[in-house]
Amino acid sequence: MASSIFRSLQVHPFMLYPTTFLRRRNGVFHLTTKATQSQTDTQQRQPQTKVSSSNSTQSKKLDKIPKDYEAIIGIETHVQLSTLTKAFCGCPYSYGSSPNSSICPICMGLPGALPVLNSKIIDFAVKLGLALNCNLAFKSKFDRKQYFYPDLPKGYQISQFDVPIATAGFLDVDIPVEFGGGHKRFGITRVHMEEDAGKLLHAENGNYSQVDLNRAGVPLLEIVSEPDMRNGIEAAEYAAELQRLVRYLGVSNGNMQEGSLRCDVNVSIRPIGQSKFGTKVEIKNLNSFSSVSRAIDFEISRQVQLHSQGQEDQIVQETRLWEEGSQRTITMRKKEGLADYRYFPEPDLPAVILSQEYVDGIKNSLPELPEIKRRRYEQMGLSMQDVLFLANDKNIAEFFDATLAKGADSKLVANWIMSDIAAFMKNEKLTINEIKLTPEELSELIASIKGGTISGKIGKEILFELLAKGGTVKELIQKKDLVQIADPVEIEKMVDKVIVENPKQVEQYRGGKTKLQGFFAGQVMKLSKGKANPGLLNKILLEKLNSKS
Amino acid sequence: MLLSTLQTPRSLSRLTRHPHSFTSRASLTHQTQTLTPSSPSPPPQSEILSIRHALLSRRASAADLVLSQLARLRLAEPRLRSFLHLPDDDALLAHARRLDARIAAGEDPGPLAGVLVGVKDNICTADMPSTAGSRILEGYRAPFDATAVKRVRELGGIVVGKTNMDEFGMGSTTEASAFQVTANPWDESRVPGGSSGGSAAAVSARQCVVSLGSDTGGSVRQPASFCGVVGLKPTYGRVSRFGLMAYASSLDAIGCFGSSVADTGTLLHAIAGHDRFDATSSKQDVPDFQSHFVAVSSLESKPLKGLRVGLIRETIDDGVDAGVISAIRAAALHFEELGCSVNEVSLPSFSLGLPAYYILAVSESSSNLSRYDGIRYGNQVYADELDSLYGGSRAQGFGSEVKMRILMGTYALSAGYYDAYYKRAQQVRTIIRNSFKEALSQNDILISPAAPSAAYKIGEKKNDPLAMYAGDIMTVNVNLAGLPALVLPCGFVEGGPSGLPVGLQMIGAAFNEGELLRVGHIFEQTLENCKFVPPIVVDDIAY
Repeated sequence: MASSIFRSLQVHPFMLYPTTFLRRRNGVFHLTTKATQSQTDTQQRQPQTKVSSSNSTQSKKLDKIPKDYEAIIGIETHVQLSTLTKAFCGCPYSYGSSPNSSICPICMGLPGALPVLNSKIIDFAVKLGLALNCNLAFKSKFDRKQYFYPDLPKGYQISQFDVPIATAGFLDVDIPVEFGGGHKRFGITRVHMEEDAGKLLHAENGNYSQVDLNRAGVPLLEIVSEPDMRNGIEAAEYAAELQRLVRYLGVSNGNMQEGSLRCDVNVSIRPIGQSKFGTKVEIKNLNSFSSVSRAIDFEISRQVQLHSQGQEDQIVQETRLWEEGSQRTITMRKKEGLADYRYFPEPDLPAVILSQEYVDGIKNSLPELPEIKRRRYEQMGLSMQDVLFLANDKNIAEFFDATLAKGADSKLVANWIMSDIAAFMKNEKLTINEIKLTPEELSELIASIKGGTISGKIGKEILFELLAKGGTVKELIQKKDLVQIADPVEIEKMVDKVIVENPKQVEQYRGGKTKLQGFFAGQVMKLSKGKANPGLLNKILLEKLNSKS
Repeated sequence: MLLSTLQTPRSLSRLTRHPHSFTSRASLTHQTQTLTPSSPSPPPQSEILSIRHALLSRRASAADLVLSQLARLRLAEPRLRSFLHLPDDDALLAHARRLDARIAAGEDPGPLAGVLVGVKDNICTADMPSTAGSRILEGYRAPFDATAVKRVRELGGIVVGKTNMDEFGMGSTTEASAFQVTANPWDESRVPGGSSGGSAAAVSARQCVVSLGSDTGGSVRQPASFCGVVGLKPTYGRVSRFGLMAYASSLDAIGCFGSSVADTGTLLHAIAGHDRFDATSSKQDVPDFQSHFVAVSSLESKPLKGLRVGLIRETIDDGVDAGVISAIRAAALHFEELGCSVNEVSLPSFSLGLPAYYILAVSESSSNLSRYDGIRYGNQVYADELDSLYGGSRAQGFGSEVKMRILMGTYALSAGYYDAYYKRAQQVRTIIRNSFKEALSQNDILISPAAPSAAYKIGEKKNDPLAMYAGDIMTVNVNLAGLPALVLPCGFVEGGPSGLPVGLQMIGAAFNEGELLRVGHIFEQTLENCKFVPPIVVDDIAY
C-alpha cells in the first residue's frame, strides 16, 4: 500500500517557481509539462515581472500610501487545530514526521472509508467563534468542496459552505506605540471548519513529485476578515492578534513557520472618495507577520504606481506570490473566471447541532482573552508599552498575573519582568516558562525589598540566581547571609570604625569637602558587605560626621 | 443472545420435524417447479439452522460442509458467473478447520459457523480483491474488512467469494460489470437483476447460503425478485456502511440475501448495529429477530389478525406486467387469509421518486467517484501532464454507464443548476419521506411489486438506459425515505424453462425490520404450492 503512494507525477523541469506547485485552487494546475504551455506562462510573467521590478526601486521611496489613494485589505487565515488526532480519523499529526507515517485508510481516502468527526473540532470552533464575538450557527453542516489535485485524496475537501459555524464577529487590536498606536476593530466575516490537504514533495531534478498525506485530514479553522485593514501594519497586527487569540484559547500553536497559521491577503486600492472597490489581488506565501506587512505595502505601492500612471487596467485579478528574497510580489496565476467547486452537503456526516447549554459551558470556560487582559492592565495604570509587552505573550501574562495574585504591586512586577527578567530571557534565549524563577519567588523578592529585608541591589543579585538556578528567596538570603542590617547600633559601630580608620578624610570633610560623604557611605557599605540599610547608614553617618564638627 | 434463541424449544421443534433437511436438499428440490404444482410443498427451511444443527450434533464437520458446498458452487459457476473472485479451497478449509477445532473444544463456533457467505464486490475484504466490478480497481485489495464482513467473520461465517455486480452499483442487470455478465439461475438467457446480481444469483443457485449486497435504489430487492430469493434492504443507518464503496452515500445500504426469511434475518442480525466508523449508523437497539419467528406448526388459523396492510395503488398501475400484478394481488389475498386487513393506499408523490432518485444518486456518485483518480491506487495511465493522467486513468478505468452518471451528476451540481436539480430533488425527497410516514401511520406495512416485471433477457435493455431506470420505480422511493423493505418471492410468471419468480416488496416503518421479518416469515411458511428453487439446483446433485 505504501509503495503506491509514491507514484510519480510528471513535472516540468523548467518550472520557474517551484512553490507554485503547493498552491492549488481554482482548478489551475501548475504541474504541466507541455512545453507550449510553460512558454506562455513565462511570456505572461515577463512583462509582469518588469513592472514589479521597476516598481520595487520606487516603492522604497513610497513609505506610506499616497494621500489620494486608500487600500482595502482583507485576510483569510487558516489555523491548524492542535487536536490529538485528525479531523475525521484517529491518526495523530505532528509537523515534520517522515512522509506518509501518519495515515490510515480514512485520511488516504481509500474506497469504503468514511469520515467520523472529531468532536474536539466543534469545541475549538465554538471557542474561537465566541472569542471573535461571532454569531454561532446552532445548526450547521459540512459540505464537500470538489476539485482534483494529487494532495487531495478523496477528490473533495470536507469544508463548510453556506452555513459556517460562526459569522459576523470582530477582533479588537491595539496598534503598537511605535506604529502610531491606537485601537482598531476589524470585522470577521466568517469562521468555518474544514480539513487540510496533503503536501506534494518535488524531486530536485523536477522529474517527478511525491505525495505526502500526513497533513491530509488535519483540522483547520478558516477565518475570513472583512476588508477592514488599510495598510500592512494593520494587517500584520490583525494576524498577530489572531495568533495570540488561538494561543490563549489553546486551539492551535499558531506557528507560521510550520504552517499552523497561514495568511492569504487580498489587496485592492481606490482613489479616496471612490466607493467602488478596485480590482483585488490575492497574495500568498506569507510566512511571518513582517512579510504580511511588507508584502502588502509593496503591493499597494505597485498598484498605486500603476493607477497613477493611468495603467489601472494592468491591475488584474490574480494570485501573486511574495518573494522574500527580492522583497516583491510576482504573478503566480491569473484567475480564469470563478472556479466551480460544486459544493453540496456532505452526506457522510450528520448536521452539527449546538445546544445553548453546550455553548454556555464553553463560554464559561473561556480564559481571559488578550483584549480584556490589556484593558485590565491598562486600568492598573501601566503604560501601553508595558500592557502590550505583558499581554502579547500568553505565558508572560500568566506569569505576571500569578505574581500579582501573590500580592505584589503591579508596577513593580511589570518593571522587574520588562527589565531584568526580559533581558535575561533575551540573553539566554529562554522563554518565561523555561526560566527557574517562579511567580511566588518574584513576589517574595519584591516583598523582601519593600519590607527592607534586603536592599534593591541585593535583590538583583538574588534575582539572577533565581532565574538561572531557582530556589527560594528565603533560602538564598539565609545561605548567603544577605539579610539587610537595619540595626542602628550595628551600623553605628561600622560608621565609627570607618571614621576612626580614615582620619584624614574626616578632617577634609569637616573642612568643607562634604562630597566625601559618598566615600564614607561606600566604605561602610563595603564593611557591611552591602547589607547595611542605605537610608539608615546615611542618616547615622551624617549625624556622626556633622556632630563632631 | 443469539445462541439462546436458536436453542429455544420452538426452533428445535422445527429442526426435529426436518432432521435431515440439510443433507436431504437434493430430494427436496427434485420436485419440478411449475406454475401450479400438484402437491403441497414444505415451507422453506433455514439453511443456517440446518448447518448449525449438523455441526453441533457432530453429524458433519465444518470442513465437510464447506467442501460439499464448494462442490455445488463450482458446478454452477461456469454457467452463472456469479463470482468475480473465489479464494483457494485451502483458504476456506483453513477457516472451517478452525471452526471444527472450536466445536471439538466444546466452544460455540458462532451462529454463522460453517455458513458460506457471498459478498458483493463493492464491500471491502482484506483477504480478497475488491473491485466494485470496475476496471479502475482491477486487482485492488483493501487493507481492511468492511464492518459487515468483519461481523460475519466474527460470528463464524466464511466469506466464500466476491460476487459480480454492475460497476459501482450503477445498473439493474449486472451487465454493467467490467468483467462478466451473470446469468439468472431460473433462465440462463436472462439477467439476474442488479446491481447485486451476483449475490442474488449465488443464493438462488445455492452457491452460497446467504450473501451481502448493497441497495442504493433497489439493488438488493430487484435482483432478489428476479432470482426468487429473499432480499432485505435495512433502514438507512441500521447497518454500517464502513467498507462499502460509496455510490450515493445518503441512499446506500448494505442488504442481505437468503433462501428463506429466517436466514436473511439471521444475517441482518449479525451485521446490524452501531459502528463508530460510520457517523450515519444508528444507535438504535438491534432486536433479536429470530425470537419474532413463529414456526408454522404453532401458527394460529389467523396468525396476522389485525395487521393493516396497504397495497400501494401506484405500483399496480399501467406499465407493470399483468402477470406481476396478478401475483401481487394473489399475495394480497393471501395476507387477507392470514387475517390482515388489506387496503389500497395512494402515494401521490410515488412517481416523483424516480427523477428525484436519479438526480440525487448521480450527484453524490459524481463526488464519491472522484477518489478514483489513478494517483494512489487503481489503474493509472502514463501521462506527461496531470490533467491527462486524470483524464486517461478515468477514461480507461470507468465503463460507459459510470461515465454517464458522473457527467450527469457533475452537471446537476454545477453552479447555476444546483437549485434546479439537486436542491429540488432534496425537496421532493422530503415530500416522499412525509408521504410514506403518513401511509405508515395508517398501515403497519405497505406492499408492492419489487419490480414492474420478472427477469428480462440479457441485452434487452442494455441500450435503453431510460427503460432500465424505469424498472427501478418500485424500489427507489424506499431509499429516498430511508425505510426498511423485505422482498420475498410470492409467485411466478411464465417464462424460462420453469417459470420466472415474482417478488413481493413489504415496506415497514424505520427500524422495524423485526416486524417485516416476522410477517415475511409467516407469509413464506404459509404460501402453498410455490417453491422457489431454480432448475439449476434441480440438476445439481452435489449431496
